[in-house]
Amino acid sequence: MNDKKFTGTNSYIATDDLMMAVNAAVTLERPILIKGEPGTGKTQLAIEVASALGRPLHEWHIKSTTKAQQGLYDYDAVARLRDSQLGDDRVHDIANYIVKGKIWEAFASDDQPVLLIDEIDKADIEFPNDLLQELDRMEFFVYETKELVKARNRPIVVITSNNEKELPDAFLRRCFFHYIKFPDKGTMEKIVDVHYPGLKKTLLKEALEAFYKVRDVPGLKKKPSTSELLDWIKLLVAEDIPAEALRAEDSRKAIPPLHGALLKNEQDVHLFEQLVFLDRRTNNR
Amino acid sequence: MLTKFFFMLREGGMKPSITELLMLLEAMKAGVAGHSVDDFYFLSRACLVKDESQFDRFDKIFAAHFQGIEEAFNALVGEVPDEWLRKQAELLLSEEERAQIEAMGGFEALMEALRERLDEQEGRHEGGNKWIGTAGTSPFGANGYNPEGVRIGQQGSRHRRATKVWDRREFRNLDDSVELGTRNIKIALRKLRKFAREGAADLLDLDDTIDKTARNAGLLDIRMVPERHNAIKVLLCLDIGGSMDDHVRICEELFSASRTEFKHLEYFYFHNFIYESLWKDNRRRHAERIPTSEITHKYGPDYKLIFVGDATMSPYEIVYAGGSVEHWNEEPGAIWIKRLLSAYPKAIWLNPEPEQRWEYTPSVKLTRELMEDRMFPLTLRGLDAGIKSLH
Ligand SMILES: Nc1ncnc2c1ncn2[C@@H]1O[C@H](COP(=O)(O)OP(=O)(O)O)[C@@H](O)[C@H]1O
Ligand SMILES: [Mg+2]
Repeated sequence: MNDKKFTGTNSYIATDDLMMAVNAAVTLERPILIKGEPGTGKTQLAIEVASALGRPLHEWHIKSTTKAQQGLYDYDAVARLRDSQLGDDRVHDIANYIVKGKIWEAFASDDQPVLLIDEIDKADIEFPNDLLQELDRMEFFVYETKELVKARNRPIVVITSNNEKELPDAFLRRCFFHYIKFPDKGTMEKIVDVHYPGLKKTLLKEALEAFYKVRDVPGLKKKPSTSELLDWIKLLVAEDIPAEALRAEDSRKAIPPLHGALLKNEQDVHLFEQLVFLDRRTNNR
Repeated sequence: MLTKFFFMLREGGMKPSITELLMLLEAMKAGVAGHSVDDFYFLSRACLVKDESQFDRFDKIFAAHFQGIEEAFNALVGEVPDEWLRKQAELLLSEEERAQIEAMGGFEALMEALRERLDEQEGRHEGGNKWIGTAGTSPFGANGYNPEGVRIGQQGSRHRRATKVWDRREFRNLDDSVELGTRNIKIALRKLRKFAREGAADLLDLDDTIDKTARNAGLLDIRMVPERHNAIKVLLCLDIGGSMDDHVRICEELFSASRTEFKHLEYFYFHNFIYESLWKDNRRRHAERIPTSEITHKYGPDYKLIFVGDATMSPYEIVYAGGSVEHWNEEPGAIWIKRLLSAYPKAIWLNPEPEQRWEYTPSVKLTRELMEDRMFPLTLRGLDAGIKSLH
């Protein structure tokens, strides 16, 4: 059991409910599922939990073609066939063609590891169900070599989802759950502060003001999130943009400078500019 | 205390399982939470709720649990006239549930029973929850005494073709948690699958491999193909509110089934008819509208368009500018639907009203004409036929 509690790090701000969920998962050695908009720190969380608790981290990034089996191991039958045709001696030991997956690597870790299963919703609908057994019992069987692989230490499993697909109930029941609500201004100030300590207060204030305004624009394909805000602030600082330039009261300058860093999608930029334009017209009447 | 809370959640329409309750108990035993109610709130939420759209419901039940249940109920029943409650029940209950109430002697009998239980409750002071969710016949139990989706005032709404509804009703967001009955719909929807090989070649093509290897004088020539995926894309537009209240259940089922069946599914809501904007979130329907023209820009013509609505309204709402019941529309709905239909050649309208009635409702006839006859009843057979016409 772990006695260390996760309370965030000096590069990651954790809210109280997030800490509670993480600590429950760490203590009970059950997976934790993290949901939230893209860019709200889901992936980063796993990295921070590993570093805060001093654990090795294993990352498994899921794509739409990822199969549950690949997390366990791959049997490279094709290579074996080839070797047999070429008369290679390796061919007689099937173990030569078993390639460990990320789950196996985590199971083999000497220290209790953190295992990140990133963006689980990218995979097929059945994917989470296919991992139930393995994550419950923390063991699996390798049919080719008749070997039972058991976790040396139950990993702390952090699973993230962008909510593209619903996850099966049986899977959900086994996890702790946390939804990262989009940070309010207060939390966001703290987040910016850990990334850019010593940022001018006025600049921070105006930047956040402008940022939340952009987020409120209806119909955006992709609302800018924490990561875009951080990129934008970096640019503002690099370009030495003064806080006054961000103030929206002056309607001629209502489009914040470098807004391309916030809106990455051309249509969104267009929509935004149109709205500002309309706004300006009505204000000037 | 914990088990009581657990059952309140169940009665409130949430689905925490015993596994999750045990998990919570285990976590408490392990001292994960301190002694504050806040801690318990965070921990129990992380254990028992796995869907953020249920957080709000959880919060209400949590609050009711900790503030004393009587208060919550009195606020609902104590000062509220029967008539208002009756309307709530009409609005919040499905046809089935209403039949159940009829079976127990009608609405008066139900209110009587509720009142008796409430008196009992007050006499006993032990905060039981007998009246909540008694066998699912109490509107408060069945809906988690959830005052969402309440329409206040507006006497005229029972008359189906009322012309203006200025009252802003906060519509319930369609809840996609309906399980029962979705299987059949899912199977019907499966017919809409179109498999295509996309992405990385990671599947051994055995036939081709054998063929090429033979041609290669027996030297292996491995052939791979990409795996097959369902490549169908769907835009689902759901009518919500007004005369659709009766059909909410079946729409929820359709919605819930479609969500899991398609990888590319986008859904939007409208009220009665399509105009210049639609929305995705009913709670923010007045704040966050999506221009219809933006939808046609964003989603290509390979999307199949499915409307679900009873198309029952005043014909003005379709053919006149300004005919909409809840806002001023610059252009008539008929123009908007034509635009959508030209953007999406594959489109159908599913209508939950029984087919026999279509003839007698002018707006349905009109809509059907606009759809060039592609209107189908929202029955399994209708769904089947509709989906066939989408290919
Ligand atoms: N709570 C937070 N504290 C510190 N940095 C954060 C926080 N949330 C997000 N970030 C930063 O935002 C960026 C995006 O985070 P990431 O984990 O990639 O998001 P997600 O996985 O949710 O898409 C990272 O640079 C991360 O450091
Ligand atoms: Mg991520």
